[in-house]
Amino acid sequence: MMMGKINGHLRLMLAGAAVSALFLAASPALAETPADTLVQAWAIDDIITMDPGEAFEISTGEITGNTYDMLVRLDINDTTKVVGGIAESWEVSEDGLTYTFKLKPGLTFASGNPITAEDVAWSFERVVKLNKSPAFIIQQFGLTGDNVMEKAKAVDPMTFVFTVDKPYAPSFVLNCLTATVASVVDSKLVKEHAAVVTASADYKYDNDFGNDWLKTNYAGSGPYSMRDWRANELVVLERNDNYYGEKAKLQRVIYRHVKESATQRLMLETGDIDVARNLEPGDLDAVSANADLTTTGAPKGTIYYISLNQKNPNLAKPEVREAFKYLVNYDAIGETLIKGIGEIHQTFLPKGVLGAIDENPYTFDVAKAKELLEKAGLKDGFTVTMDVRNTQPVTGIAESFQQSLSQAGVKMDIIPGDGKQTLTKYRARNHDMYIGQWGVDYWDPHSNAETFTSNPNNADDSTTKTLAWRNAWDVPELTAETNAALLERDNAKRAEIYAKLQKAVLETSPFVIIFQQNEVAGLRKAVDGYKLGPTFDTNFVANVSKD
Amino acid sequence: MIDSGAIRKKSASASALALGFARFLFIVAITYLGLLAVTFFIGRVIPIDPVLAIVGDRAPASVVAQTREELGLNLPYYQQFLLYVKGALHGDFGRSVLTTNPVMTDIRRVFPATVELATLGTLIGALVGVPLGVLAAVKRGSLVDQIVRIVGLIGYSVPIFWLGLLALLVFYAKLRWTAGPGRMDVVFEYTFTPITGFYLLDAVLQREWPAFRDIFAHIALPASLLGYFSLAYISRMTRSFMLNELAQEYIVAARAKGLSETRIIWRHALRNAAVPLVTVIALSYAGLLEGSVLTETVFAWPGLGLYITNSLQNADMNAVLGGTIIIGSVFIGINLLSDLLYNTLDPRTRAR
Repeated sequence: MMMGKINGHLRLMLAGAAVSALFLAASPALAETPADTLVQAWAIDDIITMDPGEAFEISTGEITGNTYDMLVRLDINDTTKVVGGIAESWEVSEDGLTYTFKLKPGLTFASGNPITAEDVAWSFERVVKLNKSPAFIIQQFGLTGDNVMEKAKAVDPMTFVFTVDKPYAPSFVLNCLTATVASVVDSKLVKEHAAVVTASADYKYDNDFGNDWLKTNYAGSGPYSMRDWRANELVVLERNDNYYGEKAKLQRVIYRHVKESATQRLMLETGDIDVARNLEPGDLDAVSANADLTTTGAPKGTIYYISLNQKNPNLAKPEVREAFKYLVNYDAIGETLIKGIGEIHQTFLPKGVLGAIDENPYTFDVAKAKELLEKAGLKDGFTVTMDVRNTQPVTGIAESFQQSLSQAGVKMDIIPGDGKQTLTKYRARNHDMYIGQWGVDYWDPHSNAETFTSNPNNADDSTTKTLAWRNAWDVPELTAETNAALLERDNAKRAEIYAKLQKAVLETSPFVIIFQQNEVAGLRKAVDGYKLGPTFDTNFVANVSKD
Repeated sequence: MIDSGAIRKKSASASALALGFARFLFIVAITYLGLLAVTFFIGRVIPIDPVLAIVGDRAPASVVAQTREELGLNLPYYQQFLLYVKGALHGDFGRSVLTTNPVMTDIRRVFPATVELATLGTLIGALVGVPLGVLAAVKRGSLVDQIVRIVGLIGYSVPIFWLGLLALLVFYAKLRWTAGPGRMDVVFEYTFTPITGFYLLDAVLQREWPAFRDIFAHIALPASLLGYFSLAYISRMTRSFMLNELAQEYIVAARAKGLSETRIIWRHALRNAAVPLVTVIALSYAGLLEGSVLTETVFAWPGLGLYITNSLQNADMNAVLGGTIIIGSVFIGINLLSDLLYNTLDPRTRAR
């Protein structure tokens, strides 16, 4: 008995000792990232391709923005203007149909191949013919697989000519050409990797324009080159020594996939990473309170809104639409749920876009809302549902909205769901209410105007499924005005049209627009020159260095 | 006479073996087919449009239609299923739309990460859990028993998500005993080349001791955490098996024979409790091999659990089906293995 006791204890102690030994052996030196490498923790699980002609995701936008170059780029000091990228100068013809770009001389790709107008033309050709998600940004100028070689063409090695089908506002055309889909790819390199495919009714070409290869490879000319992408693990950028401009300061930038805000914060505090990109309000507070760390932020072109499906007879009443705009507790949401990560914003154009107006006329006013509901004949309230994806801050905002609706007698049931699930339902117009976000596709007011204020065909089988369509908001006059704004070649007048459209949406639309996203990052103090840009593809890292 | 009888007996047992094996194969085949059919069906009824994950929310209708066609989603379900099974039989599990890789390439990358973690976790769980359980049974009702019970209860009921963050906070951020999330530091990302995908093993094979230290520092915390969870289960089960054995008559007989208590507990009682224990440990191992989604999320561990969950949320059905087949194989394999272990542990099953 005695023996057994000792033996049992001994075994237990040995086991315990073994476990502690595991830990002790594991203890690492103080964490620090390599001096020539910037390590960022970021949720990069949205990346599904690295081909700039196909990618349309937020994370890929940043990678492409740093590794590719376009003809023209946004002026990050004044985002209503563009500056030259690969193009040195450009001219618009009298009739507004022809754009002639002169390239900067002597530029090369990361591979060492020279950048010519043929590369630009081929990049446009592959985008239009591949017809992937972002292709419409180029195709909307009247380009099709049949005419692209005529409409986007190199007249000599340094001159590229782009012909559009209507006399659009030049600001519209140039803004669209700053989108990552207009990245210039190294045609010589990509053609070597083009795969043979069999043509079909949908796809009339005999090769894939290197799409399969470019999904995981790189053929650009930016300050960094994309060296490696492992899905849901990491992305590695390496300095491009052939870059024509000022060389990147650091040798390498590594994005590590870390999804949890709390985990990112711990890694930042420990020094295992230099930058944390997905901090939620609570963790953000802790980071700004830490003496070794600092935070930075920039408003982005994404707005969050609640929308009311007009197929629901109650929600279709104008008074109800207006009442709901008085039933959002803007102040409380701004001070808690979106603190640091957003700013109250009620118009559909994000700040920084041409024509955006900064007006927030609605406040939380239950009495006013009740009055409007009574006018609508809904004095005793009604019941509606809202589809909410199970992430923050939308869940919190939906709960706050549910609370304030109940004060006016409206009972709202939240239907929680996974992101793709609620979106599938929304896209099929099967919702009552939906809370979502919309980011600009390209940095031009038309991107949001098109989706919020145009609905060319409100039928269920329409092929143009804008946000207005998704909420069955039938607005022929606004649709016409939206289209007219495209052809207004005077920038000031064009801005005025958008101001008018924004007011119309504020007053009558089924969109309760709540806030504009503010992107934030937590940084180690040693990181210098880190600046988030105005758009997702202008979060440049070339100027970043470390002490 | 004697000889031929022996031969007949032998051939009879050989054909019985062959029959048994054929039956086994048949069951395995049916299991796989059922697994595929159910997963495939679930994948089609979940209200997520798989095209959405590929082309995104903004794509024009023409792009959506073109992609739907490319994926074969416009075909009737049964045709889609037949095409899939046909591909799978040829070893082609299709491509994951999220990672653009063939599914098997992805799984070759994520599965070793999970196996490495699960194996260490189970080792810790079994090596600590079994002695703890035995101790609790022997000292039934004592303070030791109570402590083991509480340790087990906490392991059982505290959400792993919370405990994982807490462990990171204490052992990584405050005490700095272990390294942080991920499989290794970025410093090693380009000096260390994986061979098998089991990083610890790879480091040993290449005699990369600094890398080994770093990899070990990264795996120690999540493995201990998983170990703790399986320990909680294993120690409870060990305790109840042991209590059962200790009440048997042969224990009384052994005591009457004057055997030492140590010998009775560890050689006799535990030996007999070992058979059901193997099942418990094997099942807990198989459970960990599915990948623990929450642990993998907290520790940014690129494992199978996270891969399948992420794929399911995006209706990336090729990846989900591929992952399901792997998990199915693991369960079948581990069941087979524990059956074989019974044979060595329990002489009665051998005699049959």
